[in-house]
Amino acid sequence: MSFQLICFYAFAAVTVGAALAVISVRSPVHAALCLVLTFFSTACTWLLADAEFLAIALVLVYVGAVMVLFLFVVMMLDLDLDPLREGFVRALPVGLVVAVVMLVEMLGLIGVRTMQLPAPPEPAAAAGMSNTSWLANALFSQFLLPFEVAALILTVAIVAAIPLTLRHRVGVRTQDPGRQVRVKARDRVRIVKMAAEKPAMPADAGETTP
Amino acid sequence: MDSITAAFHWFVSTFPTLSMALGLLLLPLVPLIIGVAMYVWWERKVIGWMHVRMGPNKVGPFGLAQTFADVFKLLLKEVVYPANSNKALFLLAPLWALIPSFAAWAVIPIGPNVAWSNANAGLLFLLAMTSMGVYGIIIAGWASNSRYAMLGAMRSAAQVVSYEIAMGFSLVSVLILAGSLNLSDIVQAQAGGKGLFDWFWLPLLPMFVIYFVSGVAETNRAPFDVAEGESEIVAGFHVEYSGAPFAVFFLTEYANMILVSFLAPILFLGGWLSPFPASWGLLGEPGWWWLCAKAFFFATAYVWFRASFPRYRYDQIMRLGWKVFIPITIVWVFVAGCMKYFGWVTTGA
Amino acid sequence: MNRVTSYLKSLMLLELLAGLGLTFKYLWRPKYTVRYPMEHIPKSNRFRGLHALRRYPNGEERCIACKLCEAVCPALAITIDSAPREDGTRRTTRYDIDLFKCIFCGFCEESCPVDSIVETSIHEYHFEKRGENIVTKPQLLAIGDRFEKEIAAARAQDAAFR
Repeated sequence: MSFQLICFYAFAAVTVGAALAVISVRSPVHAALCLVLTFFSTACTWLLADAEFLAIALVLVYVGAVMVLFLFVVMMLDLDLDPLREGFVRALPVGLVVAVVMLVEMLGLIGVRTMQLPAPPEPAAAAGMSNTSWLANALFSQFLLPFEVAALILTVAIVAAIPLTLRHRVGVRTQDPGRQVRVKARDRVRIVKMAAEKPAMPADAGETTP
Repeated sequence: MDSITAAFHWFVSTFPTLSMALGLLLLPLVPLIIGVAMYVWWERKVIGWMHVRMGPNKVGPFGLAQTFADVFKLLLKEVVYPANSNKALFLLAPLWALIPSFAAWAVIPIGPNVAWSNANAGLLFLLAMTSMGVYGIIIAGWASNSRYAMLGAMRSAAQVVSYEIAMGFSLVSVLILAGSLNLSDIVQAQAGGKGLFDWFWLPLLPMFVIYFVSGVAETNRAPFDVAEGESEIVAGFHVEYSGAPFAVFFLTEYANMILVSFLAPILFLGGWLSPFPASWGLLGEPGWWWLCAKAFFFATAYVWFRASFPRYRYDQIMRLGWKVFIPITIVWVFVAGCMKYFGWVTTGA
Repeated sequence: MNRVTSYLKSLMLLELLAGLGLTFKYLWRPKYTVRYPMEHIPKSNRFRGLHALRRYPNGEERCIACKLCEAVCPALAITIDSAPREDGTRRTTRYDIDLFKCIFCGFCEESCPVDSIVETSIHEYHFEKRGENIVTKPQLLAIGDRFEKEIAAARAQDAAFR
């Protein structure tokens, strides 16, 4: 058994174990952290397959950004766990059926493909360039249109998400840092020059200074 | 003593590859840790000088041993666990912060193709590792079971995630000009006969500034250190940490600062290349000392900022990141694309 | 200033660079730090530090147990017991100053009709055991004997203003 194969089995075992832990541990924060581990070990298996761009993008996007926000939400919500766990046993058969169907579908897809055609040579290696640059070449020439459409859809989704959540409440006083920075002293304070004035002496000084 | 040497010899002779790998791993870590100690000393000295003070000058010559004294003090202290805290996560958090910041050093080249891993996707790897570091902070905030720590963690994580976008875009413009994700290739693309005017800082000047400012924000340093704003939330995510785990957080923070200080010259200031033309003899010679000198400048700039600027308000930090930096970077990515397409910049020697 | 120029000005980071320049200038300034155990700042001859009881040049103690210092002490730090000596003069049998209570106001020195109780310029002292904070008559006399020269010199310098 080669070192690479040992590594693959180790990473795969960690992935499966962590994925099981995601649905079985009690605390939602622990579950989210296990999901992080799942993503990370998946990325490691992809690295073994020389798909370094995909692996690092997985870590960068899912582990580095998405899961951070996930953890945020889970930590802030402070979930009440017991009602959530009640449905676990009831939903288990349905979940198992879905899982088995998905497994059969995936096996069918991959199995049929491998039986029909021999494994094609690695395209990046065939082109004599690194996986990343091969991917970039393919994305920006052959698949430019789908790529741009996907980008457009994502942008629309972001723009749509903001108006959906943006609320302008009346009566809330907030600061605008831009205006605060631009303000000058003379906009706020008016300095008035006045001649010094002497109070008029009272005609009859009632008291004398000691 | 003899038994230890014997055990060592047995280990090396039985697992030659493994001990080789361990040695190779330790080789960059030891200078890094000593560098962190020296950097802490230098920071305290420079800030002292800027405050018209002297800084540490009692322990060792010029106070050089001060940091080591502090480290040993921290290591010998008791680790206090907050009540009802999650002990395992509480101890995991500093490690989770430390390991990515050390792992990122694997791809830093100190010479042409001299790096622990001269990976093709080196820059992406760096981005991935720096984004992993946030977890240490978030978990520390959550596991401490303290409101202050939680607030610090939230602030820090939101800040790091927002500034990562601006930083990522400024790196993208470097990628466009260099045409490679390999850090060695990026430096080589900045080589040329004009010395420092061939480097990327000139065509990418706004990106260069934004990269370093985002780097300061990403490492939670002054003036963006609201994650540990003393006047508001005591010490932020590490309020509850003491002793060795605190020392690990400290080490992580400074290791990250040194990392950003090394990356800025590699990406924008020609890495190990000399700023002078090659005809100047020894001064024009490229070498790791140029990289270290440039990194030293940026590391000092960190300290300089801390001595000069008051802390930003939190909403101002967010405004700067989202409303100023990200629009500028997006525009400049387009400008960099035009530069490359119309051949306004030359890359490579 | 209109909006565009203010944007340009803030984008050029002029104010931040000015700030950096200022701190850079201060970097080279001579430092104000006094390296304390090795260096001292000059002390006034009116400095009020540790107390002492003085003697006349012939060796007779000055204190006549008038208890004015005990009466004037705002912190009630001084405790005096008195009795006639063999030669019939009134002397203190006990003269304690609790240094934890003392606020070093110098009233005792001002009230003393015979310049007996004084505050010296000694300010570097410490206690290692509980109870050492109360200085007794022999200790005070010993301090006075040891630093008589300095005490007398400081009093002579200030005499014109008393």
